[in-house]
Amino acid sequence: MKKIRVRFTKHGAVRYIGHLDVMRYFQKCIRRAKVNVSYSAGYSPHQIMTFAAPLGVGLESEGEYMDLGIEDENPDCEAIKNALNEASVPEIRIRSVKVLPDTAGNAMASVYASAYEITFFDDKKDACPDVNKIRELIDKMNEMDHCIYHKETKKTSRDIDLKEFIYELKIGDSSDVPLIYMTINSSSADSIKPLFVMEFLMGLGNINLPANALKITRLDMYTQKEDGGLLSLDEVGI
Amino acid sequence: MSQDKLFLSNDILMSVEKPERYIGHEVNSCIKDPDSVRVRFAMCFPDVYEIGMSHLGIQILYDMFNSFDDVWCERVYSPWVDLDKVMRENNIPLFMLESQEPVKYADFLGITIQYEMCYTNILQILDLSGIPLESKDRNNDDPIVIGGGPCTYNPEPIADFFDIFYIGEGETRYRELIDLYEKCKDEGYSRDDFLIKAASIPGLYVPRFYNVEYNEDGTLKSFEPSCDGIPNKVRKEVVKNLDDTYYPKKPIVPYIRCIQDRVVLEIMRGCIRGCRFCQAGELYRPVRERGVDKLLETVYAMLDATGYEEVSLSSLSSSDYTHLPELLDNLIEECSKRKVNITLPSLRIDAFSLDVMNKVEDIKKSSVTFAPEAGSQRLRNVINKGLTEEDILSGAGQAIKGGWTKFKFYFMLGHPFETDEDIEGIGDLANKVAAEFFELVPKDKRTNGPISITVSTSFFVPKPFTAFQWAPQCTQDEFIRKAYVCRGGIANQLNQKRIHYNWHDADTSVIEALLARGDRKVSAVIRKVYEKGGIYDAWSDYYKHDRWIEAINECGLSLDFYAFRERGDEELFPWDFIDIGVSKAFLLKEYKKAARGEITYNCRHKCSGCGAASFGAGICPGVVKNGN
Repeated sequence: MKKIRVRFTKHGAVRYIGHLDVMRYFQKCIRRAKVNVSYSAGYSPHQIMTFAAPLGVGLESEGEYMDLGIEDENPDCEAIKNALNEASVPEIRIRSVKVLPDTAGNAMASVYASAYEITFFDDKKDACPDVNKIRELIDKMNEMDHCIYHKETKKTSRDIDLKEFIYELKIGDSSDVPLIYMTINSSSADSIKPLFVMEFLMGLGNINLPANALKITRLDMYTQKEDGGLLSLDEVGI
Repeated sequence: MSQDKLFLSNDILMSVEKPERYIGHEVNSCIKDPDSVRVRFAMCFPDVYEIGMSHLGIQILYDMFNSFDDVWCERVYSPWVDLDKVMRENNIPLFMLESQEPVKYADFLGITIQYEMCYTNILQILDLSGIPLESKDRNNDDPIVIGGGPCTYNPEPIADFFDIFYIGEGETRYRELIDLYEKCKDEGYSRDDFLIKAASIPGLYVPRFYNVEYNEDGTLKSFEPSCDGIPNKVRKEVVKNLDDTYYPKKPIVPYIRCIQDRVVLEIMRGCIRGCRFCQAGELYRPVRERGVDKLLETVYAMLDATGYEEVSLSSLSSSDYTHLPELLDNLIEECSKRKVNITLPSLRIDAFSLDVMNKVEDIKKSSVTFAPEAGSQRLRNVINKGLTEEDILSGAGQAIKGGWTKFKFYFMLGHPFETDEDIEGIGDLANKVAAEFFELVPKDKRTNGPISITVSTSFFVPKPFTAFQWAPQCTQDEFIRKAYVCRGGIANQLNQKRIHYNWHDADTSVIEALLARGDRKVSAVIRKVYEKGGIYDAWSDYYKHDRWIEAINECGLSLDFYAFRERGDEELFPWDFIDIGVSKAFLLKEYKKAARGEITYNCRHKCSGCGAASFGAGICPGVVKNGN
C-alpha cells in the first residue's frame, strides 16, 4: 500500500457542510472516481483515509488535506486527480495529488498550523473598520507580549495567551479592501480559532464585531520542520 | 448557476441546525436554465430533508420529469422547526433546493403524501410558500398544487387543500398533464379551465368539481361530479411493465446522512399475500416483478453514479420475488468485489434467507426479524397472515443453529375479533423461541451470548381499501389495556427475562384513524390544528394530542364516529369513488371471512378474484407474458 496526499479546496455553498459529512462525501467520491483505494480488513471494510485539521462550518478553504491508502505501488497521481475532479461537485476541487514518502506522518498527526485570509461579508461591510484602523490594531497586537483571551466552551472557560498560538498576523497590501492574514496553531493537541484572534483584535479598538460578519478562508495547512519552520502539507509529498 | 447562490442568508444558515438541509448543490442534483424550460415542477415531501430525501417515489419522478426537456423538477422539503420559526418571523418564503428560488416560481407544486400524520406539514409548506391553503382561494399566479402517494387513496380529509390528486403510480400520466398545461398556457385558458380539462385525464381527481352530501347521521349520502364531463369514478394508474419505465440511474447523493443512506433497488411492486389489515397489499395490486437483467444493469449504474457503500432491496415482501436467488447470487458476488454491503429488509426467515444473511451480514451484530402481527394462529388466520407457528419456530430454530442470538418480533394489537387469549399468545410464542435456544445450544456453546428477544407492538389503524375498512378501532384506553395484557402474558413466561417488550403510542393511532378514514369535514380539524401551531405531528416530540382533541371538538366532530364506529356493510365511503381494481365486494367478503377465521390463498397459489386482474398486468391470470 502506498499513501497519497490529496489537497482540495472548498468554496461556495458547501462551506456549510461539516467535517464528518466531508469525510462521507469523499468516501463516495472516491468510489465514483474508481480510485484504487485500500480498505481495512473485517466485516465492514472502510477506506484507509485520514484528514488534516477539520474546517469549521461556514469557512471556505484553499488548502484542505486528505491522505489515502492506495493499492498501487506507483500511483498515477495526475490520473487520480482528474478522476476525483470528474466525480466531484464544482464547489470541491482537487488541487494536487502527491505520493507521500513512507516516513511521512499522516495528515492529522502532522498538521501544526493553518494560514487564513479574513475579510468581512458584503452584508456586514458596515461593521468593518477602515484599512488603516485595522493596520494600527494589528501593529499594536504584534507589539504586545501577551494577548490574554477568555476562551469559553460549552463545558469550560479559561484564559489563554493568543501570542503562544499566533505565528504571523498581518494586513494585505490593498488600500481599500481589508484582507487580514494570519497563521495560527491548529495542531490536534492545542489550537485556536481565527475568530479568537479577530475578537481580540477588534476588542483592542473597542469595535463591535457582529456575529457571522467574517468571511474566513483557510489558505493552507503546515507541518513543523525540524528547524521549527513551517512546511506546507503539500510540500511533504513527492 | 453560481456556486454561491443560496436563498438563505449566511446569518440564517449559521443559526439553524444542519444548514446542509437547505443548500442543495448535491451530487447528481439537476440544474437547468429556467429560461430553457416551459414548466417548473416543485416536488415536495412534507417532512424534514433526511426523511424526504430517502423516498424512492420522488427519486423516480424527479428522474422522469427532468428527462423531459421542457420541464425542470426541483425539490422542496419542510423546513425544520428552527428555520420554520425564522421564516415566519421574517416573512421569508419557502424555496426550492436546486434553483434556490421561491416555490411560487413553480408552475406545479407536487406533494407526495406517505403518511397521515404529515397533513399539518402540507399546510406548513403551502403557507410558507405563500400559496392560499385552500384550492378555491388560489389564482393564476399560484402553482397548481397536486398530491400523490398512498394517502391520496382517501384524499377527502385534505381535498380542500389540493387542486388535483394523482391517483396511482406517477410514471404514466404526467406527460399528458404537462402537455395539457402547456397548451392551456399557450391558448390563454384560466386556471379553472385547465383543471376541468385535467379532470378528464385518467387517474386525475379534481376535488373541487365534486359535490358531497351527508345523511343526518353524518355518513356520506352522495358523491357526484358537479359539472359535465367530470368522471364519476377515478381509476388508479398502474405501470403495466416495470422493465419499460423510468428508474433513476443517477440518484441524488445528499451530504448529510439520510434515513436511506444507500442505493434502493425496487425489485417488485405489490404483494401476493393479502393480509387483511394491510393497505399497501391492496393498493399496489397486481403484483409486478422487475426483470433480473434490468435490475442488475440498474443497480451497478446507480452504484457507479453515487458511490454508495450499500444496496437495499425494496419491495413489500422480497421473499416472494421469484428470481430472488438469481438476483442475489449475482449481487453478492459483484458487491463483495466492490466492497458494497447488501441489506435485505422484508425477508421471510427460512433456510434460504438465513444462508443469504450469513453471506452479507455479521451474525453477531445482525438480528433475525419476524412479523407475525398476531400472537395466536387463530388471529393470524383472521388477519390472513400466512405465517404459521411452525414457520416461525422452524425459521427461528435454524437461525439459532446458525449462531444468531438477537430476535425481533413485530405484532399489532387491536385487530378486529381479537381476544385476550390471542394477545397472551404473543408471550407464548416468544417464550417458545427462547426455549428453543436453550434446548438447541448447550451452555458451553453460547459464545454469542444468550438469546435476546425484542417484542414490539403497534396499534391497529383501520385503513381504506382493506378488508378491515368497516372495522371499529379500539379506544386509547382499550389499547393500553391490551398492551398490559400483552406485558402480563410475557411476564408469565419461564424465559421472560430474555424477552424485552415495548409498545407504541396509542394517541397518534386514533388520530391516524380519523385522518385515514375521514371525509371532507375533517379538513377543518387539520386546518385548526395547524392554526394552533401544529406541525411535524409525525414526530412524537412535536405531536400534541390535546391540540387534536380540542380541534375535533371545536369542529363538532368525534373520534367515536370516525375511529371507533363499526361501519355498516352498505355504507358509502368517502373513498368509494376511487377504483383501485380490487372491488368493494371482494373486500367485504374478506371481512366476513375474517370474522369466521377463514384464510384466503395468496395470489400465486390461487387467484381469489379481487378484481385487480382487470389491469391486465403482472401475476394475474390471463396476462400475456413477453408476447407468448
